Order: sequence, then structure tokens, then C-alpha cells
Amino acid sequence: MLVLALVEAGCASGGTTTRAVDPASPSGEESAAADRQLLNGTPNGAWESSYEPLASGPVLIRGGTVMTAAGEEIEDGDVLLVGGRIEAVGVGLDAPAGAMVVDASGRFITPGIIDTHSHLGVYPSPSVEGMGEGNEATNPVTAEVWAEHGVWPQDPGFWRALAGGVTTLQSLPGSANLIGGRGVTLKLVPGRGVTDMMFPGAPMGLKMACGENPKRVYASTGPSTRMGNVAGYREAFIKADSYRAKWDEWLAGDRKSDRPDRDLELETLAEVLRGNILIQNHCYRADDMLTMLELSREFGFSIRSFHHATEAYKIRDRLAEENVGASVWVDWWGFKMEALDGIPQNLALLSDAGARAILHTDSGLEIQIMNQNAARAMYAGRRVGLEVSRDDALRWITINPAWALGIDGETGSLESGKAGDVVVWSGDPFSVYSRADQVFIDGAVVYDRFRSQGNPTSDFELGILPEAGRGGGR
Amino acid sequence: MSARGKLFGRWLRLATLVACLAGFPAGAAGQDLAVTGGTVHTVTGDVLEGATVLVRDGVIAAVGTDVEVPAGVPTLDATGRIVTPGLFDATTSLGLVEVGMVSSTVDARLEGDPVRAAFDVVDGINPRSVLIPVNRAAGLTTALSAPAGGLISGQAAIIDLAGSSVDEMVVRTRAAMVANYSAGAAGGARGGATLRLREVLEDARFWHDHRADFSAGRTRELSASRLDLEALGPVLAGRIPLIVGVHRASDIEAVLRIADEYGLDLLISGGSEAWMVADRIASAGVPVILKPLNNSPAGFDRLGSRFDNAALLHRAGVEVIVGSFNSHNARWLLLEAGNAVRFGLPWDAALRAVTLAPAEALGVADRYGSLEPGKVGNLVVWTGDPFELSTEAEAVVIRGEATSLDHRQLQLFRRYRDANGQHQQSMEDGF
Repeated sequence: MLVLALVEAGCASGGTTTRAVDPASPSGEESAAADRQLLNGTPNGAWESSYEPLASGPVLIRGGTVMTAAGEEIEDGDVLLVGGRIEAVGVGLDAPAGAMVVDASGRFITPGIIDTHSHLGVYPSPSVEGMGEGNEATNPVTAEVWAEHGVWPQDPGFWRALAGGVTTLQSLPGSANLIGGRGVTLKLVPGRGVTDMMFPGAPMGLKMACGENPKRVYASTGPSTRMGNVAGYREAFIKADSYRAKWDEWLAGDRKSDRPDRDLELETLAEVLRGNILIQNHCYRADDMLTMLELSREFGFSIRSFHHATEAYKIRDRLAEENVGASVWVDWWGFKMEALDGIPQNLALLSDAGARAILHTDSGLEIQIMNQNAARAMYAGRRVGLEVSRDDALRWITINPAWALGIDGETGSLESGKAGDVVVWSGDPFSVYSRADQVFIDGAVVYDRFRSQGNPTSDFELGILPEAGRGGGR
Repeated sequence: MSARGKLFGRWLRLATLVACLAGFPAGAAGQDLAVTGGTVHTVTGDVLEGATVLVRDGVIAAVGTDVEVPAGVPTLDATGRIVTPGLFDATTSLGLVEVGMVSSTVDARLEGDPVRAAFDVVDGINPRSVLIPVNRAAGLTTALSAPAGGLISGQAAIIDLAGSSVDEMVVRTRAAMVANYSAGAAGGARGGATLRLREVLEDARFWHDHRADFSAGRTRELSASRLDLEALGPVLAGRIPLIVGVHRASDIEAVLRIADEYGLDLLISGGSEAWMVADRIASAGVPVILKPLNNSPAGFDRLGSRFDNAALLHRAGVEVIVGSFNSHNARWLLLEAGNAVRFGLPWDAALRAVTLAPAEALGVADRYGSLEPGKVGNLVVWTGDPFELSTEAEAVVIRGEATSLDHRQLQLFRRYRDANGQHQQSMEDGF
């Protein structure tokens, strides 16, 4: 840990790339561990989460319609949170001594909502000069950049999303580049720095982009075609493959030879090849997605989820077979050629085929109505005769995105042992008229619609309006 | 605009005038239809249970619980259903844009000088746009198809979403002048936008007062082209509204001042901070067209964005019009209106905000926006509360004709539903 601390200090002072740890000190074993950490990452990469759950006693949410994302709805059901975790879900649970009891009669209870595709923090409000951190559009391959180094914890959008029932999101680099950089999974809790919001133990994501955006951005210098795009990915992964081999050989040996030089870009891609970083791949067209599946086979990595994937329904059998997720909108379409064939039945068809269907937003506005969008996609499927259960639709915004982020063992459904990430809704979350009344993260009330103080707000909104600092979803 | 275009424009105006006299838009012939047994929200009157809406020749002939359906008139049973006027979205570029990033399919914006008052979108409207049936199937029957960009964007047309030619679709050409007021709209400071707006309006007034002198070359140089100045005439005369996209409270006040100075029929569009100056807007009698799902402080001109903007404006007595501010997904209009209700706008006001309110603000309420005798037979039969996410449009009637609810997206769905993603694709849909 001592060595790790040194590395962290190095990072904090800005000397990340050159301050490699001397392998000769302080001890061989420790340095080997440190090297592995450099390569394989701590649970959050180089920087550990400093998130601390808010203090909370036991909570019994009593007498609501419990939608678990793990099966049938429970009428007049209870959810018991103890020590920040879900202790029990059922009917007629007893409140432990000292428990806070929330009367949920007439209300609905769901897991906290999760968005796999957000740019909150990196493209914050206000969207003005000086604030855009999402696209390092200086090179088509920038695997070396990390979204967490650009996240602004004061983005007012975080607290609007929270008031919409969102408890976790992945903040991603943009789609200008073939390989845009690492994404970070955040909990919607206030923090002074990004590490205060990092989801402990969540694997990192790597943003890649297919199709029109990279070839448009780099039209003059290349890539300027889909051919050039694929050549760019392949070139990067060929380099990464030999980089990984070089390091793996050194690590497996006696480590007396000179340690290979670190390369930030290739380090990220080597981690992809080792399966430690999850590919989050912006890709619209069916044929583009199939091309990316071929590419992943060539280099032996897997794509965790396609994003946007307006044509995912056309290859839903393949996505199901290969266990690749599809993070999609309800019905965005037509804003560019590769989005022309988007249809509102995309999610329902994916679900129907047994694929990992995920509703994402890519929007600071729509992240506030993910429950409504899940409902719209559910009804769009039902209208054309597809069988879509309410539990299916709930999974699109909870456990399925949790899986895509590699945190489904921790959150995303109401099952005992999981984190106490819970939303109490004023009514059916699939109604346009319902609102998130209370949002719990790790068992603590982080947002309560009925309290005038205590909900997170952004420094930015202070002193601007008569009601500045109001925060929330108004 | 070419001479031919001008002729066409004149012809359209004439055709529209003739059609107005008939209580009916230009072009297409209207149909007969009786929609029976539904719960009818007329918007102007009481909600009628088990009522009939009778449409003859495309125009509503009667609405009530004791309407007799004449022999030979086709009927549509709406028992257990909700019937409302067709939805009217004042914030689209329908027919003017096919694929957002394919410039050859975008006819909503002229480049160059920020003043484009003479730009009339009507010749660019494509009746075969696939966006039209997609949005019609969601209950949208009428839209303002508007230009965008610049300081003065141009002139918008009102269209019904039915017909195979522009003249069949058009309800009114040159229905409104569209403008934007913001930092940068005229290339720099807000004061520059104000300066340019006043200059152009002054020159337009001057031009209309000194046409002969201008033609004879006996006037000073004017700040916009002759066609632009001519096009501003109806705006200065208050005959057509000026729709101004504006967000910051103080910008709204600036626009209110200009409208007052020149006696303009102003509509505020966007209006993120309108709630902060609601009383001033109310006393000026200016309607606000807004997108309820808008609460992000995305720029310094909209730090006050909030979900209950519509509710606060309504409470202050401002006429609220809900818009989708979208073309591909103008079908989000009801989602927007439903969310306005979620944040406090009364249900009836929300229905009005997507039907009669836009019709009134755009000067066609004599023919559109409510279910009353004499109005155009545009209506929707809903399976339930039109704002609720579970509800769908079961029938979309335009000028008395139940329109096709099929569209390209459903065709894509059917092709891939049965194919299960295999190479064998279904050919049943005429592909």
C-alpha cells in the first residue's frame, strides 16, 4: 500500500506518466503488486473511490407496490434496509428497533435507476466556453484519457437526475474519437472531487465509436471513411497486443531486466484485452455492430454494450447469442443517416429475443424521465403485439444497465444483500404523472421531494435566482 | 424568390382565401364521417359523454349527444374512447427536414445575412417526407412548419399532415414570421440584435411608406433587401404574428419593448425564464410557446429553466402553448404536455395548449383547435387519457378522413419481427 500511496501522490501532483515506481524498492513482492496494480488497476483504476455512504439507521419502507426487477411485483410489500443494504423484501416485515418507517401505501418502490450513457460532469450545465470536457478530439485514438479527470462534481445536472430516481450513472467521453477514453461509474452523491462520487469496485469502461462521428471529425486528416475507422481500431489493438505481451512476459519473469516503458494509451487497451475494462461502443447501424463483433473476435476481447444501437433490433439474435448488451433510446431517429432506422420497438424486440436490453439517455434532460421512457418503450412493444412485462421494462433501467457496468452483483434490483439503492414513487412509475418522492443510496435518503433542505444542490446555482440552491427536479 | 415562386405564393394565398371562405383549407376534398359514442373533449365547451362528432365535406357539422347521423355517412365507433381535436404543434419544421445531418434534405434554414424575412418555407415542404406519417400516427394533425436560424429566420406555414401535394396540405402560408433574440443572433452582443431588429423594422416601415421613391432610386440605402422589407409589412401591420425565440428574462423584456414600440403581434417561443416575468407577459397579452421538459441551466440565458414554467405562467394568466420543438419526434408533444400536468398545469389547460391555444395564436382558431361546428374535421380517437403513456391514437382524422396509421417505422418493425434478425427478410410489406 505504501507504494500505491506514492503512485497516488504522483498522480495528484500531475506526474502520472513518468513517475513509475522503482521496481527495486521497497521489496520485490510489494513492487510486483504495485506493478500489477499499475497494469490491472485497483478496483477503480489508479484512484480509489473516497465515497462514504451517508450515515443511516434501519429503514422500513412499508406497504407499497414493490417492483423488484427480479420477478413479480409485490402488492402491499415492504423493503427493509439495514446497514445500508437491503435486508429483506417481502410482506409484513417487522421494523427493527429505531427504524425509520416510510409509509408507502399507494406508492411504488423500485431499485434506483441506472444510466449506462451519460455525459453529466464532462458536458455539464452550463454548456459554455470552458466547460466541455467530453471529447479529446485531437487524435482519433485517445485511449489514454479518462472521463473522471474531467468530471465536474458541481454539474447541476447530477441533482436533477437524482430527483428523477437515478442513483448511478456512467459518465463517458464523447464519440468524436474511434477510441475516446475511459468512462467512470458514479453514484449520485455530492462530493468535492470526483473520487467522492466513484462507485466503489465498479470496473472502468472504455468508450469506442463507430461510423459517422469519427470520420466526420477527422475528415481532413483521417479516418475519413468506415474503412479508415476499422483500420484505426486494428492498428491500436495490434500495438496493444504486443504491449501486453511484453509486459506479461516481464511480469512472469524474474523482473531483473529493465521494466518495459509505460504507455498510457496502450495500458488502457491492454486492460481491455485482459478483460478488466468493459467496452462501451457507440454504434448505430446493424452492419457496423457486426463489424465490431468481428474486430473483437480478431483481438480476443468482448464488447460489453453497444450504445445508441438504433438498429440493434435487426441483429438481436446475434446480440443475445454473444451476450452483448444494447443501450438504446426509445425513439430517437433520423438526425443522421446511421440513425435513420431507429424504431420505438427496439427495446421490446431486444427483450423478446433474450438480449440484454438497456434504456440509456445520453441526455441531461431525458435522464430525468427514464421511468417514463421505459414505459413508452414497453407500450410501443405491446401496441404491436409483443409481450413485454412491467418487470422487463423495469429491468431496462435497473439490473440490465447494472450488468453493462459490471455492478449487477451490487445494485440494480431489490434483493436481499444488495445495496440500499431504492426509489419511492408517488404512483406507478410507468405513469406520466408520477414523481420520485424519496431516493435512497446505500440506505440513506439522498433526495426527498418534500423536504426544503438537505437535498444536494450545486454551488453554481447559488445566488443567481431568487430561489437559487433549490436543486432537484423542478 | 423566383418570379415563379412568387406567382405560386400568390396563387397559394388566393387558394387559401377561397378555401377560407369555404371554412376549409386549400386543395384536398373533405370527407364525411361520424365519430360516435366517445367522450368528446371539445376544448371550448363541456366534456360530452357518449357524443357524436359529425363531419360533412371535411368540416364539422355537429357535435353533441343528440346528433343524428345522416344515411350514407360512414361511422367510426368511439364508444369507451376519448375524442379530442387533432393535435397542433407550433414548433416543427415538418416537411422541411428529412435527415438532420444531410444538408441536401434540410430546407428550414438559409445561410448568410441574419435577416431572411423574405424566406418563405412553403416551396421547400415535401409532402412525402417520412416524418409526416410517423408523427401523424401519434395524433398530430396540424403543424406550423417553421424556418430556423439567423436573427429573422423567415416565414412559416401551417400545414395539415395529409395530402400528396403542398397545396393540399397547406392551411395558411406566410402564417408567421420567425425570429431569434439571443447573444450572437446578429453576430455579437445582444444590443446588436436589438439594433438590427429596430433598424430592419424602421426600414420596412419606411419602405412601405415610400415604395415609389424607393423604386425610383430617390431614397437612402436601406438595411435589408426589398423582398425582406416587403415581407415585414404584414408583421408591422400586426396581421401575422412575430414568433421570437428568446429565453432570458431580461431578453424577454427587451422583446416585449420592441413589440410594444412597433405594435407587433408577438409570440414568445422557448421562454425558459418566462416565469420570472410572467406578470409583464400576461399584461402584454403575449402567449408563450414552451417545451415543458426543460429544466437544465444549459446556458447563461436560461439559468432559470424549470419544469413548472408552464404552470407558473398559466397561473399568472399567460396563454401557454406547448411545443415539441422537434420534427422527427413531434410525437413527443403529448409527453411534453403530460409532464406540464405533472408539474402543475391543469389538465384542461394542457389539452388547450396543444390544440386551441396554438390555433388562436396563429390566427386560425376560426377553423382549428376545437370540436365545434364550422371547424375543420381534424380529430383523434384515443384509447384513454391522451397524456398517459399507455394511451395510443386509435384513429387520426384529418378533414373527415381517417388517415393511415402505417408508416416506415412500422414497416421496418414488421420486416424484422418475423425475420428474427435472420438473413431471410420478410417481403410482405411491399419491399
